[in-house]
Amino acid sequence: MKKSALIGYAVLLAIACALPFLVSEYRTFQFTLVLVYSIALLGLNILTGYNGQISLGHGAFYAIGAYVAAILMDKAGFPYWATIPLAGAVCLVAGFLFGLPALRLEGLYLALATFALGVSLPQLLKYHHLEGWTGGVQGIVITKPDAPEFLASLGLTLNQDQWLYFFTLAVTLVMFLLAWNLLRGRIGRAMMAIRDNHVAAEAMGVNNAMVKSLTFGVSAMFTGVAGALGAIAIQFVAPDSFNIFLSLTFLIGMVIGGVASISGALYGALFIQFVPNVADEISKAAPWAIFGLFLLGFTYLMPLGIAGAIRMGLARLTRKAHNSQPVENMIRPHSPKEENP
Amino acid sequence: MKRTLLPIAALLAAALASPAALAQKKYDQGASDKEILIGHINPYSGPASAYGTIGRSIAAYFKKVNEEGGVNGRQINMISYDDGYSPPKTVEMARKLVEQDKVLLIFQPLGTPPNSAIHKYMNAKKVPQLFVATGATKWNDPKKFPWTMGWQPNYQTEAKIYAAHILKEKPNAKIAVLYQNDDYGKDYLEGFKAGLGAKAKTMIVKEASYEVTDPTVDSQMAQLQTSGADTFFNITTPKFAAQAIRKAWDSGWKPAHYLNNVSGSIGSVLRPAGLDKSVGLISTQYLKDQNDKAWANDPAVVEWTAFMKKYYPDGNLVATENFYGWCVAQTLVQVLKQAGNDLTRANVMKQAASLKNFAPSCMLPGIKLNTSATDFAPIESVQLARFNGTEWVRFGEIMGK
Repeated sequence: MKKSALIGYAVLLAIACALPFLVSEYRTFQFTLVLVYSIALLGLNILTGYNGQISLGHGAFYAIGAYVAAILMDKAGFPYWATIPLAGAVCLVAGFLFGLPALRLEGLYLALATFALGVSLPQLLKYHHLEGWTGGVQGIVITKPDAPEFLASLGLTLNQDQWLYFFTLAVTLVMFLLAWNLLRGRIGRAMMAIRDNHVAAEAMGVNNAMVKSLTFGVSAMFTGVAGALGAIAIQFVAPDSFNIFLSLTFLIGMVIGGVASISGALYGALFIQFVPNVADEISKAAPWAIFGLFLLGFTYLMPLGIAGAIRMGLARLTRKAHNSQPVENMIRPHSPKEENP
Repeated sequence: MKRTLLPIAALLAAALASPAALAQKKYDQGASDKEILIGHINPYSGPASAYGTIGRSIAAYFKKVNEEGGVNGRQINMISYDDGYSPPKTVEMARKLVEQDKVLLIFQPLGTPPNSAIHKYMNAKKVPQLFVATGATKWNDPKKFPWTMGWQPNYQTEAKIYAAHILKEKPNAKIAVLYQNDDYGKDYLEGFKAGLGAKAKTMIVKEASYEVTDPTVDSQMAQLQTSGADTFFNITTPKFAAQAIRKAWDSGWKPAHYLNNVSGSIGSVLRPAGLDKSVGLISTQYLKDQNDKAWANDPAVVEWTAFMKKYYPDGNLVATENFYGWCVAQTLVQVLKQAGNDLTRANVMKQAASLKNFAPSCMLPGIKLNTSATDFAPIESVQLARFNGTEWVRFGEIMGK
């Protein structure tokens, strides 16, 4: 990693840490949700952006993660932090198992299969034989965690929202590092090779079936972790929270943020968290029409997503500053798709 | 002497009383000398957006109240947000209203799941979650949730009234029950059994449930018919209610048929089922129905129509939701009037829990709203009605508390 980039990340992290002390509790809660969504979008991006498998049903994995966390806390008395890795593990397995039969499906057909998953899961959650665990349509109410006591003894008093924000931030950092590490290595290259030309990838010795199923699992794991965090932040899960629109929202966030871009997940999360609220404030009568206008505007003005636009903007600036090495700045190593858009 | 002293005494009393009256002006966040700021959450988009018009008619009513001078000289300003019937969004919007917009209370959030999502939050923050738009029985729990109150007759109350009617008319009835397998259906069933009391076990000969995901209820209806029941309690949402009414007729069963108020709409249930097949259905009502010819010249309906034309001209005059919104908004205005100059959250809840025989003109004659510190269910009485092929004809007395 280059020195300037490292400084950039350090500044970003410093801002992220200062944020909950500068804004209201309500805003802190909203930024917690942004972090949660960014993990989910990152998961979807690993699958769709880097591996080329389209999913219209990632809301289902988000829901599974949320329910695993809620059930463990409510029925088994688990502490909230312990539910995160378990939710991730359950979704890893669920995603892998779903990925196996989905191997035979390409493009639009895979989109349909995942859509089926997303559209059916909320109703399955209402299934009355599962009601003992899921609470049926009533859902499950979760208690919000307090900041651990050792922080108070260190002289740092955080309210529930601030603590949850920092907890989520820590998980987000871990997940982003995991993704970054995975995608820049051998497996990441194999994923992208399959996306770009699966015959060539196979010829190079990549086990297409295994990599694709595993990608599905890893992607679901990320989204499941996000679901668990989201459930803790919202303090409530119910089937109505995870309708098919959630899956579509993830897809929108991923594309707007930037396909095959790690930082894009964060931009996309900001978009899906704040733009619907802005649209609602502009027009009560037709908020979704306004949202649609925003969507059109973004796709026209930033065809590579927000991450792509920022990258190109930065490249243009640095090119002006010193007329050398424009290409290197424009293309980040982890986003080969933009090499020949 | 007496004559001169009296006015002086009166003056003294007034002088002593007025600072006391001034001192009584108490406000929580959202209230001031000028305004009462309230929050509102409604699904303007999403699967339940048909109810969005309730929010608009409520807003129109407050506009009317404000033009006429407000409540105790204060303007009611309502901030209304869309949650799309999605619980996470409801949480976000409730937090926005309470923490950022700093409202005094949140009025009429709609739907059981969205209200469940904010139930704990509102009570932890001690902000009134007032007159929620759902009939679940759990909103009437002042001990555990002293900041939450329902409004409409809850499902159990209504079911108990059908049970009482059956016990009176047909004490040896053999009853079949069809219910939706969720909290709403179970709430009704529980109330119905409680209403029948010890006889519930012998009188109910068959229960069948369906899932919201089922395409039809034909097989359940066949099971219920073969049970030999002569009375049928139909606890279904509109689509399934229409199917069940049609099936009960087409199969030649023709039991005494009780239909829950949820599916009492002539337009969306009885017409699709067939008006001729719906003759004799028994249900309940608590609001006047502006589409009912019997109320065409009723002052309340005339007033409502004029109100709609002036303040909500785009609103649909046939939609019962618009009448409902007008009616529930009047209840809040009554509570705020009672609260006087003590506009603290605690006093708002106290006044909401001190409604005494409040009978707005939108309700059926004889229905009165009563609440107390241990009773957070404002409307607990309804009137039975029978469908005659064109409209619901109310009969009997107002039943319930």
